[in-house]
Amino acid sequence: MQKRTPLNEVHRAAGARMVDFGGYDMPVHYGSQIDEHHAVRRDAGMFDVSHMRVVDIAGRGARDFLRFALANNVDKLTVPGKALYSCLLRDDGGVLDDLLVYFLREDLFRLVVNAGTADKDVAWLRALAVTRAPQLTLTARDDLAMIAVQGPQARAKLWQALPGTEAASAALKPFNGVDADSPLGTIFIARTGYTGEDGFEIVLPAEKAVAAWEALRAAGVRPAGLGARDTLRLEAGLDLYGQDMDETVSPFAAGLGWTVDLASPRDFVGKAALVEDPRAVGFVGLILTDTGGVLRAHQKVVTAHGEGETTSGSFSPTLGKSIALARVPAEVAAGDTVTVLIRDKPLAARVVKPPFVRHGKVLVT
Amino acid sequence: MNVPAQLKYVDTHEWLRAEADGTITVGITDHAQEALGDLVFVELPAVGRKLAVGEACAIVESVKAASDVYAPIAGEVVAVNEAVPAAPESLNTKPYEAWLFRVRPADPKALDGLLDAAAYEKLIG
Repeated sequence: MQKRTPLNEVHRAAGARMVDFGGYDMPVHYGSQIDEHHAVRRDAGMFDVSHMRVVDIAGRGARDFLRFALANNVDKLTVPGKALYSCLLRDDGGVLDDLLVYFLREDLFRLVVNAGTADKDVAWLRALAVTRAPQLTLTARDDLAMIAVQGPQARAKLWQALPGTEAASAALKPFNGVDADSPLGTIFIARTGYTGEDGFEIVLPAEKAVAAWEALRAAGVRPAGLGARDTLRLEAGLDLYGQDMDETVSPFAAGLGWTVDLASPRDFVGKAALVEDPRAVGFVGLILTDTGGVLRAHQKVVTAHGEGETTSGSFSPTLGKSIALARVPAEVAAGDTVTVLIRDKPLAARVVKPPFVRHGKVLVT
Repeated sequence: MNVPAQLKYVDTHEWLRAEADGTITVGITDHAQEALGDLVFVELPAVGRKLAVGEACAIVESVKAASDVYAPIAGEVVAVNEAVPAAPESLNTKPYEAWLFRVRPADPKALDGLLDAAAYEKLIG
């Protein structure tokens, strides 16, 4: 049985084309995926991300537990409301999931994990807590909804849609969140996202989701589906779990080495394996320079240093060209020309360092 | 969904139109373009290519995915619409004007027995 978010009826009423994503019935677009993409880059769009799961970790020693459970170091979270991006690893260094962790109070941390991996993550963390921190309570918050409002006008339009929220959230820096009073009651507002644009992600009681969505719509925020979300995150050079990395891939082979804290002396799950990781694989961006198709996941990449494979690929509406993320031999460098096989046809692509686009600006040539 | 009455259709979502010179023009239906989403790449067959029924002979790629276009009838490609690869989005905005290729049919009665608009509408219903 497919799961539905509290906004499912709203999507259907808006004529969205629906698809299965992570076990949820989700909108892929409401008419034109490309128009929705541009709306986020140039103005403001919103995504129903209620399929993602909030997991609260409460109790004494929550920080100690997460210091061991996550590959990034929660000691970087010193101010309440601050968020950190991290991988959740297996003992062998494979990526179980990527997530955001918020420090709310010393006895309350909040994870936001992917839809398709949520049950697995919770089971994994519970098993880890049994031995290391049995006093902790892990709660999957199925009572909450999440809406991502993204784009250069996203913050202003959210303040217009939900009067009273500006006071609490105007001074928020990126990767920080705060509880804010709104006409819908207290909602959590974080300056985070998955598009490479400024904006907010809001967390609110599920029964308030429709009212928030309608208010944002009335303020001129355009509903956008998972299709635009995918091309936006690809342009922003952000990994998608299950596509760019999974349990068989080390964070170093997915461009996520910067999120792994090997500098501190703390131990964490997967550390021993990552210290031994040969780092033989690099993770790069590609821009198709020949015409003849569109880059997609799992196309073979031929380089002067050996073969690799695309992990994500699509058409970039901002560049007007096809782009991809690819796992290639570590020696492959930005500026190199490589060959991608599309339907067995060899086509030239240029290697770049992601992101391709940020804050509406093209960063690659 | 737009399904013009004067055209013929096949269940792989191509439309066909008989021309005065005996050739047959082929494109993809409104239903097909809607299902594919925003189109960004089109590859057409070479003029002169001999097509068998059901043969994959063109490629249309949307932002989402690549799809084959199948030859709805047998025959030789006598013309292709180069304007479409230059502007793939025309398949989304005017699928019945943005034709893909023109075939001289091996069998002059090739259109007989294909779906009419009513039957195609029922199929996609």
